[in-house]
Amino acid sequence: MKILLKNINAIDPVTGLNETVNILIEDGIITNVESSGNMLQADKVFDFTGKYVSPGFYDMHVHFREPGREDEETVITGSNSAAAGGFTGVACMPNTEPAIDSAEVVNLIKEKAKNHLVDVDPISAVTQGRKGEVLAPMAELSESGAVAFSDDGVAVKTAAILRKALEYSHMYNKPVIEHCEDETLAGGSMNEGITSTLLGLPPVPSVAEDLTIMRDILMLEYLGAGSLHIAHISTKNGVELVRQAKKKGLKVTAEATPHHFTLTEENLKTFDTNYKMNPPLRTKEDVEAIIEGLKDGTIDVIASDHAPHSPEEKDMEFTLAPNGIIGLETELGLAITELVHKGHLTLTQLVEKFAVNPRKILNLPVPKIQAGEKANLTIFDTEEVWTVDVSKFKSKSKNSPFDKRLLTGKPVAVINNGKMFYQDRFIEI
Amino acid sequence: MSLSSKHLLGLHGVPKEDIQTILDTATTFREVLERPIKKVPTLQGKTVVNLFYESSTRTRISFELAQKRLSADTVNFSKAGSSTSKGETFKDTVKNIEAMKIDMIVVRHSSAGVPHYLTKITNANIINAGDGRHEHPTQALLDMYSIREKTGRLEGLKVCIIGDIAHSRVALSNIFGLQTMGAKVSVCGPATMIPKGIGNLGVKVYHDIDKAIAEHDVLNVLRIQLERAAGSSIPSLREYHNYFGITSERIEKNNKDVLILHPGPINRGVELSSDVADGPYQVILDQVTNGVAIRMAVLYLLGTMN
Repeated sequence: MKILLKNINAIDPVTGLNETVNILIEDGIITNVESSGNMLQADKVFDFTGKYVSPGFYDMHVHFREPGREDEETVITGSNSAAAGGFTGVACMPNTEPAIDSAEVVNLIKEKAKNHLVDVDPISAVTQGRKGEVLAPMAELSESGAVAFSDDGVAVKTAAILRKALEYSHMYNKPVIEHCEDETLAGGSMNEGITSTLLGLPPVPSVAEDLTIMRDILMLEYLGAGSLHIAHISTKNGVELVRQAKKKGLKVTAEATPHHFTLTEENLKTFDTNYKMNPPLRTKEDVEAIIEGLKDGTIDVIASDHAPHSPEEKDMEFTLAPNGIIGLETELGLAITELVHKGHLTLTQLVEKFAVNPRKILNLPVPKIQAGEKANLTIFDTEEVWTVDVSKFKSKSKNSPFDKRLLTGKPVAVINNGKMFYQDRFIEI
Repeated sequence: MSLSSKHLLGLHGVPKEDIQTILDTATTFREVLERPIKKVPTLQGKTVVNLFYESSTRTRISFELAQKRLSADTVNFSKAGSSTSKGETFKDTVKNIEAMKIDMIVVRHSSAGVPHYLTKITNANIINAGDGRHEHPTQALLDMYSIREKTGRLEGLKVCIIGDIAHSRVALSNIFGLQTMGAKVSVCGPATMIPKGIGNLGVKVYHDIDKAIAEHDVLNVLRIQLERAAGSSIPSLREYHNYFGITSERIEKNNKDVLILHPGPINRGVELSSDVADGPYQVILDQVTNGVAIRMAVLYLLGTMN
């Protein structure tokens, strides 16, 4: 089948393409990219005047809950949510039951994701069962398709295990992704400060995150090898630590979530558990530092930390409720609203953080908009104003603090693996 | 006389007029408590549930007596022996209780914000009887009542709260309430027991107990709550007593006009020496009596709102 994406603004930071074009796709392969004006013949023509197209977006931090909590999300429902959110690929975290710490579980997930538009790449645990004691079989896991290693949910327990993980994973060119939080300071329900004092909620200090970032960076520097990715960075000091490490030339990268550049601890004043996440929402100063880090490239990636929870788990007493919110279907809208329209990021930078950098960090091929390449594309609208409605989400879970929020900019369609998701449904192309 | 909210979730943001109304109403009920027949028909036909998810003796008895003296029907629910242990969610428990047609819920819970959460899942009037380390408004109201009873005023009074401020719901409610009423509030305790950012509330921090005694009209001495991990904040109870405990010698040396309050239960020999706990400077048992009057006032004012 031949489809034509007509009159669309293409942004491809890798090839340098940045103009209005017509893109012809034949059986899932890009066969022609031409400046507008030339009429190409196709079975189906999509007039995308005013819309943008870029290499397909990739979210390198999602929780799909399969195996173990399929009532909250499955590989398929999570992938549908990703497609609806404008993503053609995701990397899923290993805190499942059982944990992703063996080739069997990696294969199970890949099997479930087979034939879907969205590529699902499992991240393996650093240690067996995420217990922080014995390394997971990293060689075998790498071979079976794990793209990175992380004990996400907690940091790698000890400096000794972290050292081994960085050394061992480096043989296979895979990063260690760290959830940075000092375990001895952890356990609170929100960021420590005047707001936690006012609300009487048990606090966790921001220094808990900074200490682990510092430990990990120092270890990386000492070893002189390995690569480290800081997940969901949320503190001002953390951003500065990564900035300095990058200046030294260390192989460290970082990601930030939309909630950490949009919301602050002030939002907790309603005791709404949809504002409870880990790392917790921080202060206005931290939010500004995150945005600054995104602007100057200290933070390479925007990722959702999509964390589905059942209604009964979230609709309860605040301190007893689990951490985390879903994010795949609000992520792009929030990034365009909060970062692009407010002048913090250009669209090219946005595409780098959504499509290019995550794949580079995970050593995955970056899709290109040029003839001969597989069509792996995200099409989005920067101007459409819409209201978030969680009841319409493809995700099995609805735990989002952004319900009813007005956003400007949203995904229009995604194309990958010979499929297109457009106007709320999947079509073969 | 009526209040501006149908719930008492805390004293943060509660207007001065409301606090004044509650204190004045309590004066009337305080008088009722001195009568041979200590019962009025004010809340006849109203049903109040005491929902206690955390152990409590005096607060629960105080609320229950207040309810009985107002002729309300009362039901007690405590976590042990309830359906909670069978895995029912908090929300389902509350929905079931509400379906039995109740009017008010008095709630104590170890999780901050539970009273606020209840306002979203039920239509009952909610009274916070202590949520986590957040607020305990009726305790602060009875403290203020007791101070006012003894000194005749709150405005301009210097009050110091002493102890584990970081883990104390009594401290926070006292700070909010007393500041609203025009008192000057300080806190005193080891640095590990002072919550971050408390200075932003206009609260002065003391670490020298002698200075704290000398510079205040009232000391509200908190119980060192060993069950709330306070143990890890101080090296030992002995050291706490030696450096932060209130003793007769310290009072006599620094300020013989000081008034001592304590929300109870007392750890004798820790935050208060026995002679202070039983001595002339304290109003600890008056606080307990006043507590019933305050709770009657709150139940009455909320229970008779339309």
